[in-house]
Amino acid sequence: MDARRGSLPVPRVRQVGFFTPNAQPAPTRSQSGPPDSSSPPLSDSPASNSLSPVMIPPPRHHSDNLAAAPRPTSPLPVPEPSPFRRRGADNNNALLVGSYNPAETLLAMSPSSSHVGDGESEETMSGGWFRRSNSGKLASSLPSGTFDFSPVQSTAEALKPNKVQNPVGISVLNNTILAEVSARPAPKEQQPEAPSSSKQPKPKLTKAERRALQESQRAAKAAAKAVAAPEEVATIKSVKQHQTQKKDAPQVAVSVAASERKGGDKSQEKERRKDAPAPRMQFDDKSRVEKAKRRSVVDQTEAKKRVELFRHLPQYEHGTQLADLESKFLQLDPMHPAIYKVGLQYLAGDISGGNARCIAMLQAFQQVVKDYSTPPEKTLPRDLTAKISSYVSFFTQCRPLSMSMGNAIRFLKNRIAKLSPSLSESESKSSICTDIDRFINEKIVLADRVIVQHASSKVKDGDVLLVYGSSCVVEMVLLHSHELGKQFRVIVVDSRPKLEGKALLRRLVAKGVHCTYTHINAVSYVMHEVTKVFLGASSVLSNGTVYSRVGTACVAMVAHAFRVPVIICCEAYKFHERVQLDSICSNELGDPDAIGKVPGRMDVNYLNDVSNSGNLQLLNLMYDATPADYVSMIVTDYGMIPPTSVPVIVREYRRDHLLI
Amino acid sequence: MPDVQALVNDFLNKLKKRKIEGSQATAKQTAELLRSVISQQRVPYTNQAGALIDSVRAIGEQLIAANPIELAVGNIVRRVLHIIREEDLSLTTAAVTELNLSTISDDDDDDGGGNQDDHPVLSAAAVAAAARSSLRPPSLQMLLEGAPEFVAVPRSSSSGGDSEGKSKSMDRNSRTRKLKHDVIEAVNELIQDITTCHELIAEQAVEHIHQNEVILTLGSSKTVLEFLCAAKEKKRSFRVFVAEGAPRYQGHLLAKELAARGLQTTVITDSAVFAMISRVNMVIVGSHAVMANGGVIAPVGMNMVALAAQKHAVPFVVLAGIHKLCPLYPHNPEVLLNELRSPSELLDFGEFSDCLDFGSGDGSPLLHVVNPTFDYVPPKVVSLFITDTGGHNPSYMYRLIADYYSADDLVVQRRHSAVN
Repeated sequence: MDARRGSLPVPRVRQVGFFTPNAQPAPTRSQSGPPDSSSPPLSDSPASNSLSPVMIPPPRHHSDNLAAAPRPTSPLPVPEPSPFRRRGADNNNALLVGSYNPAETLLAMSPSSSHVGDGESEETMSGGWFRRSNSGKLASSLPSGTFDFSPVQSTAEALKPNKVQNPVGISVLNNTILAEVSARPAPKEQQPEAPSSSKQPKPKLTKAERRALQESQRAAKAAAKAVAAPEEVATIKSVKQHQTQKKDAPQVAVSVAASERKGGDKSQEKERRKDAPAPRMQFDDKSRVEKAKRRSVVDQTEAKKRVELFRHLPQYEHGTQLADLESKFLQLDPMHPAIYKVGLQYLAGDISGGNARCIAMLQAFQQVVKDYSTPPEKTLPRDLTAKISSYVSFFTQCRPLSMSMGNAIRFLKNRIAKLSPSLSESESKSSICTDIDRFINEKIVLADRVIVQHASSKVKDGDVLLVYGSSCVVEMVLLHSHELGKQFRVIVVDSRPKLEGKALLRRLVAKGVHCTYTHINAVSYVMHEVTKVFLGASSVLSNGTVYSRVGTACVAMVAHAFRVPVIICCEAYKFHERVQLDSICSNELGDPDAIGKVPGRMDVNYLNDVSNSGNLQLLNLMYDATPADYVSMIVTDYGMIPPTSVPVIVREYRRDHLLI
Repeated sequence: MPDVQALVNDFLNKLKKRKIEGSQATAKQTAELLRSVISQQRVPYTNQAGALIDSVRAIGEQLIAANPIELAVGNIVRRVLHIIREEDLSLTTAAVTELNLSTISDDDDDDGGGNQDDHPVLSAAAVAAAARSSLRPPSLQMLLEGAPEFVAVPRSSSSGGDSEGKSKSMDRNSRTRKLKHDVIEAVNELIQDITTCHELIAEQAVEHIHQNEVILTLGSSKTVLEFLCAAKEKKRSFRVFVAEGAPRYQGHLLAKELAARGLQTTVITDSAVFAMISRVNMVIVGSHAVMANGGVIAPVGMNMVALAAQKHAVPFVVLAGIHKLCPLYPHNPEVLLNELRSPSELLDFGEFSDCLDFGSGDGSPLLHVVNPTFDYVPPKVVSLFITDTGGHNPSYMYRLIADYYSADDLVVQRRHSAVN
């Protein structure tokens, strides 16, 4: 309920601001940005998805100015969907409010249902219709009707338990509908109906009738549909057909709107509020994947043999993209070379590790900002945000973003949005650059220093520390403790296929630290002598789950079984309000061929020739989720906390985190 | 005799150099070797069983010392010793019954009291033998009558021999030959059992694997392969995740075999076990040895898998032929029943020589590489053992041991060294 309610007021506000400006500036780019990002954490334009507060402000400014409507709602930290989507949602609301309100408030049924639909999954639909709305109509309707009615609607929703049913019905429809959405232009009247009809099945006649009445006022077609809908319940396709038919009629406007629409689709992905971070791109949804592919810059060949369980994650044939990207370089007009370089480095795996990737990205953005000049007739905040979104989607295609990068992008977009309009362009640019520097410095460099201080206080003489993989913070802790003259031994546990531990081992040994090296399988063997386990993390989720390099969970589990304390070192900017219970729903798939090949072992070649047999698949998971039970302590820049305190940090410091 | 010694030496060499891989192969070869030892062994007129036992034990001790980690060797030696004792007992029993029948007409061996007057030693041995050889529980009558103390029966073999010597005309040659013959027959059966244990275990597959199951396994085991394929042949369709089992990567081998046999197979890294286990219905693994307490010595990494399975309440099923059942209780098995393999499997030779400064420090090397072969899985995380004789709980394993080993043989080595 909360989510719905929250969503209602926000969208309106948002809509006004975003709408006009967005459509015009850079349609193509904007499109590519949000939806493409299939990456688990940030999926849609990272900034947009969970960081609602960040994204909102820029549009708001504009909207406020333009519409001159009082938008007090903005202060609410309502979760915001990506900017694009937002628009769509807003439009919907606006439309609904304006047109429906009189009738609906009485009935209260239909509006709520439509809203629900939007919020849940109907994004595509909404995208379709808001497009139209972007014209002057919406704006006009909004100021007058929206404000008053929104509360009414929300209350109405809250009262109705019936609504609950709707989402279920809708969700089924959505997938199928989505597929078609791309092709069709949606007349605004139509949109609200379709969802409603789909929902109808259970309370059938009464609701249907009511709706039919309402609709009849609008358009004859619409009414007819509504009536037909209940019957059709089972056959989704028929619904689609209706829609498509209707669309044909209004097509005139379509061509213009087409460019915008794509953006809308992408934006749809996130209707979730900030509490529920935006859903990620699911790669088992064929229609979406198709769309994303069309937009994508990097042409990656999808791996042919995929593991059934992981169809929702992107998996590409490794090594096919580089050449393709190079050939495309000249066509990618707006791509800044710095971005391009960093993207390729992600792709090739030259930059890995959460901090390194984040810093590289931020520095590339800094470069972009320095070289940026606002095109005529555009405003810096909006255009730059759109640009960054498109870059982010490029990064995402190179490699799914980590959650920490998502947080950083959120921050950056927030800063851009918050720029005072009175600043000149050069001032704005320098302010953004200093902000980026500050983020890197405070959130990463200084945070690491604090963590090292804390963590090395936990290292005692005679300790045997077990570390897994290669985490730069953990490495700094070890080296710092060593420099302090503490006597301890380190057991470096490594795992295939990346064998990152070897690099760490090399650096530690070079510094004279006593080390033991082994593979993860032997972790039970070495755990007897271990006194503490130090682990890094890619992200810490707000249910205390530690999302980290695959194998971390195994190590933590064995340590837990042997009653050895597990200490996680993680900067607070990697904390994320998302929650996750397993490692399946969101993850990253590495190159499967790396599994079959064992470098340096000529005798292990069993899989060399089998890789094309249909029954055999290789799965190279990149991350896993360590349950909070296994974690004794998390060392972060705010101190040493138990995993249960992560949501507290996320909540209390988010504002500060975003604003710095 | 010399040829036997040559065989033994050859086998010892192989064991020492770890040329024989897999407990099944080891067990089979051990049994074959012992069979030839027995067949070559000259048997004295008296105490033939004792002679056989001594020779087998002497060789067994060498074999065990050659590779103390390969518990299957010890198991087979004990099994053979047990077989000798059993055969001897049954022969004695037969003889005694015959004797009894001839001297005292209608007495059953159940009727211990009647016999004791005339032939105290013989009858006691006979009763004990009868009771032990059949492994049947003591009859109600025995329990009620206060039961003769079976435990007190002296070394049955020698007493049997002695009594035989005393007794009148049992043609010795035939008995001697019969004992050896019986023992060799029994050892042949043992070898047969070892070779066919896969089939016996695989037959039970359908009882445990249902449609659409997701099964995880680690490393490579012939038993597991046969087990899964048996289920596949019964038209069950299911998916298998194979953890590769670094650093030996036996999992690749298994995956290749499984895929070749038409099973949906997915290879994962060992580190992904925890991530995947939540979607797995059952973990089916092979083992290196099963200890008397129900603990399992298994390829390295298995403890991790077992813990993950326990965390997610996934059944952890261990397949083990009976020859892997070891009558010993483990003490600190992670270390004592383990073997460190070459570090070259983890790091290339000289890979770190450039950053190691050998001249400095206290002389202790800066870098150690640990590459253990086995893992110990404690009984509490094992859900089920599937052996040739059916499924058993870990807590039941100690009882199975009584069926296959005699208590006198549990400690092969110390007994021998004491004699020396």
